[in-house]
Amino acid sequence: MLSMTEKEKIEDEIKQVPIKKAACIEALKIVQEHRRWVSDESIRDVADILDMSPEEVDSVATFYNLIFRQPVGRHIILLCDSISCYVMGLKGIHAELTGLLGIQYGQTTADGRFTLLPNPCLGTCDHAPALMVDNDLYRDLHPAALADILEKYT
Amino acid sequence: MERPLTQHITFPPLEIRQYEAIGGYQAVRKAVRHMQPKDVTALVKESNMKGRGGAGFSTGMKWSFVPMDVPGPKYLVANADEMEPGTFKDRWLLEGNPHQLLEGMIVAAYAIQATEAFVFLRWAYKDAAVAIRKAIAEAYDAGYLGKDILGTGYSLEMHLHTGVGRYMCGEETALLNSLEGKRATPRAKPPFPQVSGLFGKPTIVNNVETLSFIPHIINKGAEWFKSLSRTADGGTKIYGVSGRVRKPGAWELPMGVTMRELIEEYAGGMKEGYGFRGVLPGGASTDFLIDKHMDIQLDFAGVAAAGSRLGTGTMVVLDDQTCPVGFVHNLEHFFAQESCGFCTPCREGLPWTEKLLWAIEQGRGREEDLELLLRHTEWLGPGNTFCALAPGAMEPLQSALKYFRDDFERHIREHRCPYHDPEPAIPASVHLHHTHHL
Repeated sequence: MLSMTEKEKIEDEIKQVPIKKAACIEALKIVQEHRRWVSDESIRDVADILDMSPEEVDSVATFYNLIFRQPVGRHIILLCDSISCYVMGLKGIHAELTGLLGIQYGQTTADGRFTLLPNPCLGTCDHAPALMVDNDLYRDLHPAALADILEKYT
Repeated sequence: MERPLTQHITFPPLEIRQYEAIGGYQAVRKAVRHMQPKDVTALVKESNMKGRGGAGFSTGMKWSFVPMDVPGPKYLVANADEMEPGTFKDRWLLEGNPHQLLEGMIVAAYAIQATEAFVFLRWAYKDAAVAIRKAIAEAYDAGYLGKDILGTGYSLEMHLHTGVGRYMCGEETALLNSLEGKRATPRAKPPFPQVSGLFGKPTIVNNVETLSFIPHIINKGAEWFKSLSRTADGGTKIYGVSGRVRKPGAWELPMGVTMRELIEEYAGGMKEGYGFRGVLPGGASTDFLIDKHMDIQLDFAGVAAAGSRLGTGTMVVLDDQTCPVGFVHNLEHFFAQESCGFCTPCREGLPWTEKLLWAIEQGRGREEDLELLLRHTEWLGPGNTFCALAPGAMEPLQSALKYFRDDFERHIREHRCPYHDPEPAIPASVHLHHTHHL
């Protein structure tokens, strides 16, 4: 069930748009902000509030790269896997990162600390390779710098 | 050299009072107080400003298609969903001078008499989100947004929308679907968004770099804009270079600088120990250019004449120690993943090209694969798909097959990637009995 806060925030978004459905992405973002991911139950709750079918809400949720339909860790690592990073050493960064974390793309560490995901171009190609952890961008990466970066997130 | 777009970029960006002190919001004052909307559009049309998002369509022309006699809401959208691999120019403008973008948006909105404006920002640009949110609040407080702007009777509301990640959102009709809370699939055209866009109302979608230029055109005029350029395409342009060059970066330069100046002078040439093989001149969805093109002028016509597109103007350099097959595989992996799945050639064809390229890169390719890849560049080419994603994806592939064919053939002949793997992936005797793997 959605919390009062989630409901209020979604109602606020509905007021901003001419038709209820148009608040769908914002509603999913609100749920994810509060729960880190969007469960089947949340899909049904969002559908109820927006007068949509759960299938329609799910079709939106699963379309976007950054709406998570599975549980994720406390911190999300988005490793840029696009072309400039590929040229500038993505392979080494990826090898070191998966080694340190003991997980592959799409997986979460056993302690629930990190989820590792590939991400299209982060738009900082003159400082490739790059990754983001939550809201923080790291650029000009070297494999040796990764352990210290991970250390900052508990 | 004049650099109107970037000369006032600072980190953190100028606050509204500082921005006003350097002449900021004069264009809004001039436009809403002293110009008719149609005159604003006419001026931008006269400047010959071509959209900086990649397609290069005349901005003033686009605005002129908006029906002005239709009552009800109209919308203006700044496309800040910069997600073309290798492109990092709008981030600079968004983080470094958000008021310049807002000012351009207000003028553009006035020209088409929009009632609401949106900045459609990609999720990953966190600093830009903070900067734009602050700038919008400041612009409301100063009376440049909201009801009865500067006492003229013109009103405009502005919102920041942060996306949830999908390359398709850069395509303007898909972007509009996303703003409506839907899957970002493209819409059939016509009707064009100028007539029926967001929620079925007239809508203009312009790139961040395009809109950021508008205040300067209003202040200084069409002739000044044209005089900034070395060619018929007016203005300055933000060019960028990434890859194994000495000084990767972005620079605002006169439209029409040569590729040689950009790569050798501004980017400092290739890094020690690396040679130049080719370049994607305007992001992932543009055809490779090679050393024989070094002296072309980088404007819309110049790059088109060389067989590619200016695109976003941000280049990715391919060096002599990076495998061209691996390079193109990386691009096609991106396009296959980001295809919205709406039309068949794109949804089915892109994963197929990705798999073929991966097989070749892994030493499992066969001679006939090259013919198959070539046929994909036709099947997924212009006219066969619903939007420009797949044709764009075919541009680096078709040109790689032309310029780096030897590399593809060598992978197939030697059953290995000569750049990465010393040993063949498949012993020759096994390969003789290899059956069709598709």
